[in-house]
Amino acid sequence: MNDMTPDGYTTEDGRKIGAVVMEMRHITLRFGGVVAIQDISFDIREGEIRAIIGPNGAGKSSMLNVISGFYHPQEGEVWYKGARRPTMKPYEVAQQGIARTFQNIALFEGMTVLDNVMTGRIRQMSAGLFSQAIWKGRAEREEVENREVVEKIIDFLEIQHIRKTPVGRLPYGLKKRVELARALAAEPSILLLDEPMAGMNVEEKEDMSRFILDVNDEFGTTIALIEHDMGVVMDLSDRVVVMDYGKKIGDGTPDEVRQNQAVIDAYLGVAHD
Amino acid sequence: MAQPSQATDGMDSVPALLQRNATRFGNKPAYREKEYGIWQCWTWAEVEKEIEALALGLINLGVNEGDFIAIIGRNRPYFYWAMVAAQSVGAIPVPLYQDAAADEMAYVMDHCGARFAIVHDQEQVDKLIEVQEGLHQLEHMIYVDPRGLRKYDHHKLHRYTDIQEQGRASYYEWIEDLKARREKLTYDSVCVMLYTSGTTGRPKGVVLSNRNIIEASKSSSEFDHLTRDEEVLAYLPMAWVGDFIFSIGQAYWCGFCVNCPESPETMQTDLREIGPTYYFAPPRVFETQLTNVMIRMEDAGKLKKWLFDRFMAHARRVGPAILDGKSVGGMDRLKYALGNLFIYGPLKDTLGLGRVRVGYTAGEAIGPEIFDFYRSLGINLKQLYGQTEASVFITLQPDGEVRSDTVGVPAPGVEIRISDTGEVFFRGPGTFERYYKNDESTKKTKDPEGWVATGDAGFFEDGTGHLRIIDRAKDVGKMAGGQMFAPKYVENKLKFYPNILEAVVFGNEREACTAFVNIDLSAVGNWAERNNIGYASYQELAGHPMVLDTIQAHVEEVNRSLADDPMLSHCQVNRFLILHKELDADDGEMTRTRKVRRRVVEEKFKDLIDALYDGSAEIYTETEVTYEDGRKGSISATLMIRDAAVVPVETAKVAAE
Repeated sequence: MNDMTPDGYTTEDGRKIGAVVMEMRHITLRFGGVVAIQDISFDIREGEIRAIIGPNGAGKSSMLNVISGFYHPQEGEVWYKGARRPTMKPYEVAQQGIARTFQNIALFEGMTVLDNVMTGRIRQMSAGLFSQAIWKGRAEREEVENREVVEKIIDFLEIQHIRKTPVGRLPYGLKKRVELARALAAEPSILLLDEPMAGMNVEEKEDMSRFILDVNDEFGTTIALIEHDMGVVMDLSDRVVVMDYGKKIGDGTPDEVRQNQAVIDAYLGVAHD
Repeated sequence: MAQPSQATDGMDSVPALLQRNATRFGNKPAYREKEYGIWQCWTWAEVEKEIEALALGLINLGVNEGDFIAIIGRNRPYFYWAMVAAQSVGAIPVPLYQDAAADEMAYVMDHCGARFAIVHDQEQVDKLIEVQEGLHQLEHMIYVDPRGLRKYDHHKLHRYTDIQEQGRASYYEWIEDLKARREKLTYDSVCVMLYTSGTTGRPKGVVLSNRNIIEASKSSSEFDHLTRDEEVLAYLPMAWVGDFIFSIGQAYWCGFCVNCPESPETMQTDLREIGPTYYFAPPRVFETQLTNVMIRMEDAGKLKKWLFDRFMAHARRVGPAILDGKSVGGMDRLKYALGNLFIYGPLKDTLGLGRVRVGYTAGEAIGPEIFDFYRSLGINLKQLYGQTEASVFITLQPDGEVRSDTVGVPAPGVEIRISDTGEVFFRGPGTFERYYKNDESTKKTKDPEGWVATGDAGFFEDGTGHLRIIDRAKDVGKMAGGQMFAPKYVENKLKFYPNILEAVVFGNEREACTAFVNIDLSAVGNWAERNNIGYASYQELAGHPMVLDTIQAHVEEVNRSLADDPMLSHCQVNRFLILHKELDADDGEMTRTRKVRRRVVEEKFKDLIDALYDGSAEIYTETEVTYEDGRKGSISATLMIRDAAVVPVETAKVAAE
């Protein structure tokens, strides 16, 4: 990472990473007296896979919720595409091109996979209620266009065989994949993944890792992810932020982080003073 | 048949057939593939252009006449085109099983010395890169699906569409070469090389000429009156001779449309959407489908179940007779028509077999109940007997003479002879040229007069002239008492029970027969669920005492039916066990076409066989297993051994007298 410049850097495997697309500046988030996040700053660069790791209760999910606009920090600023982001509602953040998946799957259980993924295209559809109801003109045209995009994503994530299956009937690993599909359907510029591999077996983890890498490679999507499984994180990500008790204790490439004493202590559980 | 090239109108190569189809009915669909949820279609004229572009691209890349081009992928139009493009430039396509492990692939690639490989995706590219060190001749790889391959070194790696693009760009440079190469193809030039999976030893490369493929396709198409309006679904491995004959040989000869499923998992849905008119499936597929139907019927409402049972009983009684065009009473016909409207028709549609005019099954014996089930629904399911060395067809069942225990009469142009030892020999226009780089095996299998040993023991039935296959000739042995031992025959009887997926019977040169059994996880699992029996794995379910009881009942039933057969009454199974793992091709216990490798099983589970014969009631064993990604692990289990009741043979005879 010695060759890091304001315009970006080149990863070990030869991918070009661009300029900073999102920056957290001195974020502090409190819930009453509890300080969930304390003065954290880091950036996310265009095209990179950025991981946020840390032990239980370190504030990772809170951080992700700040990025996605669900929580509003008491102090600090979020900078997105070179401008300071005002306080926004989550849907406004989504409109800016930030999509996410959830730790506890949040799909419509009674709807088919196809319909669930189509909901990810809401932002791209603008036909009015009347047009939708009579299914003529714009509504029909939009459906065809959006279905095409969705079908490409279904093909990409290899879920063709469950296209018409209600989500409620799917096993956990596949649901996670459908959630990823829905997030991708929004064609996000930043994709936030909240523990994409939680509760998966080794094979499912491998599949998911491959999909994440392929998404990044194929669509150039910037990805920020939270993950518990250290092995996966280290293999997958370009740069890692390590949190512990709401503070940032490390930031750098997986190798740098792995050698960081504070990180080793946090993970091996050295007594805090 | 003396002047074959006249009989085929000068159509003496597959590329020539392509030209004919593109000229005569260029606007007819030739290929369909479901992609992005929609069936994409290519007409014969479009296909000709696609193949030409690829062929030009291959010349541009440096493909010489006589080169071997490995083709590794699932059934997609691109790979069928690749085969014909390879033939067009004078190269020889070698389709491989895409789920083969890297070292299996390495052996075949090295044996044929392929300079080029056309593969599906990153998985195949990775496999070949892994073994590339040993493959000095492999120069270029061409892939279809670019996903994940962007970062790879592209000096020797090319995208399929890029090669086609380069071909189009260099059209004027190479088109004359291409035409010249195409014209050089004759009836005797090599059409394709297919590796047999080999139940013993290393795979052998079977060289098939244009004569073999075209004659076999022509005569079999005429036999079943196939036309250019047939629809087939290509879903069986491309490396298998059957797929080559159905999806290329017959498809190009007749000019019918080959449909490719969206993904292997969607095959059943795609089958329903296409509704093929000509369909081929190994017995296993029919078995699985039937098991699924029965499981779903178990869950259906009482009225529906009652209706289904009632009408199916009627269909079983008169259905096959109606299909064979025999005389059936008016009332029965009416009832059958009613059943067709409410039960059989919708069921056939659900199975995707509603439009099937000709259906075949082969490769293994099919259970009579399964066979009759489909025929009673009005599906013209027939059997054929064949092998790679014959370009598939040795015998076929003509319409109206279909039975589950024979494999039919000799295919048109094929002669059959039964040797003194009972082995079946054949010769005909489809008889293979030779095994590649293996003259010794060629000589052993094919004599100077062209007779080929099938390795199967069989006989012609008196009266009907139909061939019956008993077993692999080398597996037919003698028991210690001198009686005939035909393991396959017994195994098939066992496998006809839905609960039994696989069985291996031992007894050669022994006093009594014993067996290994694999349970069918979907059938037994469903039963377990119904009876509130919890289980966490195949192994646990296989070891459950109640499962053992059920299997024991099956074994004893088989014993009773064997006792009635004077030739095989000694093959009754005395003791058996249920294996703790499913026999698997990845572990080398089966071939890729799912035939048991007897010798491997005997060696690997020697401890278990010993236990079957030493009278012990249980045995502890450890077995090495190979996971799909090539890693190895081991599983251990304590297996129960059960004694099965046998019908004393002498007493049975007395009773019969």
